Amino acid sequence: MDGLKFVGQRVPKKDAPLKATGDAVYIQDLKVPGMLHGKILYSKYPHARIVKIDTAKALALPGVKAVLTGADVPNNFKFGFLKDNPPLKSGKVLSTRDEIAAVAAVSLEIAEEALDLIEVEYEELPGIFDPLTAMKEGSALIHEELKSNVLKLPWKFVHGDVEAAKKESAFIAEDTFSTQWVTHCCLGTSGCVATFDASNNLTVYSNTQIPSLAQNDFLEALKTFGLKKKRVRVIQAVIGGGFGSKLDTYAYEYIAILLALKTRKPVKIVFSREEEFLATSPRQCTITKISQGCDKDGRLTFREMEMVLDNGAYTSWGATTPSVMMVPISSLYKVPNIKYTAKCVYTNNTYCQAFRGYGNPQATFAIESCLDQLAEKAGIDPHEIRRINANEPGELTPQNFKITSCGMKDCIEEVVKRLDWKGKRGKADGRGVGMASLIHVGGAARVYKSDGCGTIIKVDDNGKVDVITGSSEIGQGSDTIIAQIVAEVLGVGVDDINIINNDTDVCPWDVGAHASRTTFVAGNSALGAAEKIRDQIMEIAAKTLGEPVEALEMKDGIIFSKNDKEKNIPFGKVLRKAHYSLGGRMLVAENFYDPPNENFDQTFRGNLSVTYAYGAHGVEVEVDKETGQVKILNYIAAHDVGKAINPMLLEGQIYGGGLQGIGYALGERMIYDKGYLKNGNFLDYKMPTVRDVPPVQAVIVESDEHAGPFGAKGIGEPGLVPTAPAIANAIYDAVGVRIKDLPITPEKILKALKEKAKQNG
Amino acid sequence: MKKEITFTLNNEKVIVEVDPKWTLLYLLREVFEMTGTKEGCGYGECGACTVIIDGQAVNSCLYPVMEAEGRQIVTIEGLMTKEGDLDPLQKAFVDEGAVQCGFCIPGMIMSSKALLDEKEKPTEDEIKECIEGNLCRCTGYVKIVDAIKTVADRR
Repeated sequence: MDGLKFVGQRVPKKDAPLKATGDAVYIQDLKVPGMLHGKILYSKYPHARIVKIDTAKALALPGVKAVLTGADVPNNFKFGFLKDNPPLKSGKVLSTRDEIAAVAAVSLEIAEEALDLIEVEYEELPGIFDPLTAMKEGSALIHEELKSNVLKLPWKFVHGDVEAAKKESAFIAEDTFSTQWVTHCCLGTSGCVATFDASNNLTVYSNTQIPSLAQNDFLEALKTFGLKKKRVRVIQAVIGGGFGSKLDTYAYEYIAILLALKTRKPVKIVFSREEEFLATSPRQCTITKISQGCDKDGRLTFREMEMVLDNGAYTSWGATTPSVMMVPISSLYKVPNIKYTAKCVYTNNTYCQAFRGYGNPQATFAIESCLDQLAEKAGIDPHEIRRINANEPGELTPQNFKITSCGMKDCIEEVVKRLDWKGKRGKADGRGVGMASLIHVGGAARVYKSDGCGTIIKVDDNGKVDVITGSSEIGQGSDTIIAQIVAEVLGVGVDDINIINNDTDVCPWDVGAHASRTTFVAGNSALGAAEKIRDQIMEIAAKTLGEPVEALEMKDGIIFSKNDKEKNIPFGKVLRKAHYSLGGRMLVAENFYDPPNENFDQTFRGNLSVTYAYGAHGVEVEVDKETGQVKILNYIAAHDVGKAINPMLLEGQIYGGGLQGIGYALGERMIYDKGYLKNGNFLDYKMPTVRDVPPVQAVIVESDEHAGPFGAKGIGEPGLVPTAPAIANAIYDAVGVRIKDLPITPEKILKALKEKAKQNG
Repeated sequence: MKKEITFTLNNEKVIVEVDPKWTLLYLLREVFEMTGTKEGCGYGECGACTVIIDGQAVNSCLYPVMEAEGRQIVTIEGLMTKEGDLDPLQKAFVDEGAVQCGFCIPGMIMSSKALLDEKEKPTEDEIKECIEGNLCRCTGYVKIVDAIKTVADRR
């Protein structure tokens, strides 16, 4: 792919100047005339009966325009993946983040004051905070109308014969691994402004990652509220971080809508930082039993995993993470026999949701930690066992994933080379190296029936190009990637391209910024639209120049004949010809790209993604045996990205994902004690600062994926997928203890070292 | 009871009536509608609200508004030149790919601006120290540090 002018370049992010000058308008910054401020009252207890709510004093406070409780939610409206979550709860509360009342007032201060005046009488009930307890026969039910605390979701995948494979395996490793709740920590907190026009059409200013799906959710809500045949418009403010946290609609959005309906005024709800910790949904914590086997040569024979996920009290799309966990479970390395079951269990804890990687990091932590245990049993170097079993192009995996391009081996070898694996491995002197690999969807993921994205391109008289895309910009740089792709096709500058991506009244449909799909799907969609508009432009130019279309080329804003360069016409002039000629025409093209991937069938087989992303992370650590402190001395993150459309932005995804992964591995944890969040602030939560950044290399491996736009695959999520097991494996190499429960804290290391000394002593 | 205070904001003298209970951040965002300075937490732990007061980087969310009296205050809105050019730091953040969601960026730039105003050639450790209190969830900080270094190295 030589001769590319824009694709492959380190083009600065298009909206970066806006953000670096403070001009970008986030939801926090948005004011709508006449706007009221909404605040939400949360439950005092994790499990209780609401005996009485008295809102009279709050309503009487000057400046308060409305107070709502569960009784004000029309027609028993509930939202969420299983429609089990009322935006305001009545009767019973099931977690400490349960919304029980809401206020709209002329100022935030008055709204906050009014919350204090709402009197609630509770009858506290015993809670269930451990999914294993909740699963037991005869356990009290979180949702009394259901027969069990285990969600009725079909998470099971079986391939081959695991029992037979166990008998034939030369070596087997089995263990139990667990992971914790972690939260997105978007620097911009969640929020929205909801407003109705006189005909009850709704506009929601939002920071959603799924504008088209959110629009549909809000339409459903309006219907339930009795407002039929209304329009909903979702306008995205600049989004202050996503990472999956905005892949579902939340109670606060429906509360803002209800308050706006009640007051006939725009209502803004923006979370405080404490609320962001409490009332957004973290990554699900998991308990995983895993067993893997290999033959005497180290070839994997089977993988068996049983997983329990704490679902919390309500169900979001996050309850479908086991379907994405199946990607590494069935298809990370060549494994002929697979058995996987997962149970999502209701508890009185916070309910969980999507977070970068969508279950993949939890599954990969177990798989890749256990793989090192297996390698040790088999007497094979961890690098060698990964090399032997690595995925390859042309493979059809147990879930029927068609592996097209695959740079997995290259990534593993990059790690080995750059870490000096052979020189550093196995010293057991307090320093050690470890690695872990990853597979993730890299060519979208058909989770919904459509996996599509639309693009409209229109060109004006002056040669400027408007690209109207369904895709969302959440900081990852889709605005710039799309502009580079269109610029490449049209031969105009990236600066000549204006990306419009934030308004459902204008933008075509898309299923959202998730599954690392935007570069692949929105990129292909934009590529197709750009080619269509190029054809239209060439047709006019051909007529004007009296040359056949095939003879024309477009470069630097000029269209010229390859036969005779004297015959040329500037881009802008062609466009003016389109508009100003008799019987003129618009230059507009549209393209909907729905990738040729497949939904899973009932056995969870189907080519979920058009292509798969691979990577390997390697890490060198130093462990202080006195304090248990882990210092990362070197971090290599090698990723098969197909083709780097913008290496600079791509490195940003790898560095950012990697540090989130390091936080996940070594420190971050939401501490819930009997349903109460104990560290809902930045100081106690310990998200990584600049001091936690190790020496890190982002290594880009290009496998040139033929189905990707200019060869690209997705890279949004992979950066944090193999981080935790790579670090756990390095710690084992350094000091001989394996921590199986994230995060790997100094206390856990010291305890394990002590136990090890006892055993040896 | 409102009180009048006078200070210099982005090189312009301002006289304003304030409620002594306000923070400087409240005055900037809600009264002056200068929303470039962000509130990420409201209790001094994330640095998104950083402004420069008499040469020092300060969390404006904790800064009592009455303390502003007589001081020189610079916000992110005060960095661009009159001709509309970006400050070298802003430009380096853009060019080096240091901006993703961008919410932390005004605070990051103000913290590093205070450092570069004070030190001609800060070390990497000094750069890290100066943005230690500025949280970012997107970038892994690598390109942010690179951007600040670039400006320092060009001097």
